[in-house]
Amino acid sequence: MNTLSSLRGTKQCYGRHCEELRGTKQSNLLHIHVYVDRWGLLRQARIDEMIMIRKISIKKLLMYLALTIAAVTFIYPFIWMIGASLAPEHELGKMTLWPVNPGFQNFKSMFEKIPIGRSLINSLLVAVLTTSLVLITGSFVGYALAKMQFKGRQLIFYIIVFTMSLPFQVTLIPNYITIINLRLVDTFFALIIPFAVSAFAILMFRQAFQGLPQALIDAARLDGCTETGIIFRILWPNIKPTVVTVAILTFIGSWNEVLWPLIVVRNENLMTMPQLVTLFSVGGRADSLLGVKIAAAVLLALPVMIAFLFFQKHFIQSMASTGLKD
Amino acid sequence: MNVTIEGTVKKTQRFHSRNLLPYLLVSPYLIFVMVFVLFPVFFCLFLTFHKWNIIAPMKFIGTDNYFRLFQDRLFWKAIGNTLKFLLLHIPLQLIVSLFLAYLLNQKMRALSFFRASFFMPVIVSGVVVTILWQQLLGFDSGLINRLLTTIGLNKIGWLVNPDVAIYSIAVMATWKNVGLYVILFLVGLQTVPTQYYEAAKMEGATRWQQFYHITLPMINPTIFMVVILSTIGGFNLFIEPYIMTGGGPLNQTLSAVLYIYKQAFQYYNMGYSATLGFFYAIMIMTVVILQKKFIEKEV
Repeated sequence: MNTLSSLRGTKQCYGRHCEELRGTKQSNLLHIHVYVDRWGLLRQARIDEMIMIRKISIKKLLMYLALTIAAVTFIYPFIWMIGASLAPEHELGKMTLWPVNPGFQNFKSMFEKIPIGRSLINSLLVAVLTTSLVLITGSFVGYALAKMQFKGRQLIFYIIVFTMSLPFQVTLIPNYITIINLRLVDTFFALIIPFAVSAFAILMFRQAFQGLPQALIDAARLDGCTETGIIFRILWPNIKPTVVTVAILTFIGSWNEVLWPLIVVRNENLMTMPQLVTLFSVGGRADSLLGVKIAAAVLLALPVMIAFLFFQKHFIQSMASTGLKD
Repeated sequence: MNVTIEGTVKKTQRFHSRNLLPYLLVSPYLIFVMVFVLFPVFFCLFLTFHKWNIIAPMKFIGTDNYFRLFQDRLFWKAIGNTLKFLLLHIPLQLIVSLFLAYLLNQKMRALSFFRASFFMPVIVSGVVVTILWQQLLGFDSGLINRLLTTIGLNKIGWLVNPDVAIYSIAVMATWKNVGLYVILFLVGLQTVPTQYYEAAKMEGATRWQQFYHITLPMINPTIFMVVILSTIGGFNLFIEPYIMTGGGPLNQTLSAVLYIYKQAFQYYNMGYSATLGFFYAIMIMTVVILQKKFIEKEV
């Protein structure tokens, strides 16, 4: 306690630096918190409780109010959307959040009008295959760039950076023509191959592999492990966050992609979900039935929303680690 | 003797594992880049000098496409619309996301709930968001106009008024992306050392002064990233006007990418569309580089 009294100067403790509260001394209106700060020093802070409580609560209240209003503007439309998809057509005109007589009529008529179930499977297939290919090719190239010396390494690195900064408008039409010439129009290949390699994934893997010790690889080689074995069985378990990040971002990107499918797929049975829903809502197929259109949107949103609710932390971390968006 | 044997062993080993392997690993990527990136760049340039509708043979027309581009009022209008969009989208995005991140950057309850709710639109497909907002912004039955009429205000033609439509889309796009930037700013704000604020508090700096003189300069890299990302995203504006307005009313929401798409896949002017795409890509790169220079100078 000697050190305590020798500490001069008091300051307000907001709990920010407080690593561990050691106790509270009290005298009249004065509270003194004794705490260990983040640098391990024993400190004390005087808190004029009466003032603090009022200051904090008004500020906090305003803050929570602002945040709640913001949260409502972000969530309300989604809840309204789900409600509207369950509402009978005549109830849609009302502002109520939830329909009086909810039912699945809209979904039924949607399934009758368009092969939406089929497109769900298509989308899943395309997204899963694209993601796997991106993970494999990204690991291969990233591994070579991070852990091997070879001629042209620097050149490849420059090519990757160039690829990343190239706007897609340049390659859009030539790639469409390439797909025509390869006779891949109206195939899944057209949807998967142009996205099978990602410069971003390569850079992520390169960075992750660089952080791993060479000894890990040398040891595996001595044990007779193949190079692919090294990548997927030895290195991957050590860079799980990177694998998850690349997988989530690629999957979402592929799932939400709509411009490219609109260009290379015309056969309704091969369409991905966003494409089918887009054409459905732009064309006259919805017969101006609002409920059916919204039902299609709900079905498109639901898989991603459910995945997000379960893996929220991974989603947010992935997106934040890159600053990339669709 | 020993030395030579060791030498050959090393050499063969090196040949297999050091020389060939990296190329083997990299080759799929190289093939991909040649087919889907490098070849297209040259082919696109090649196409800009030709007239081609895919079916009939290609015709060399010199620089006609470029002359056409510079006289194409609709293209410049589309670029103008895209710039109008950016003019509202970027500042709005910056202010709203920074504000929300600033509020979230403290010890608080329900942090993950707020974060998740802001993030929801980010992960959902643009198609969903667009269909949703189409209902919200509808003239007669739209939710927002209903709210306006209940509090006694006039209806606004969010998507039908030519002067308003592009800004409605900008607000919608901000709503969709803001959650991502909140997270980015949150990461940025957490890197600011708290000692700085303490020192400023000791000197008697107000909250606003602290924000202006400490927070802003410290999170400058994040601001830069957000500006660049929303610029690129905004230049690629496509699906929102495609679904919501088809480019109307009076072509006021025709975005540049939508126009390029229409030229290629509705009118089948491949050569001309390639010219537009090439020109537009160079424009985007120039703007991004200029922004980078400008922002770096500001620091």
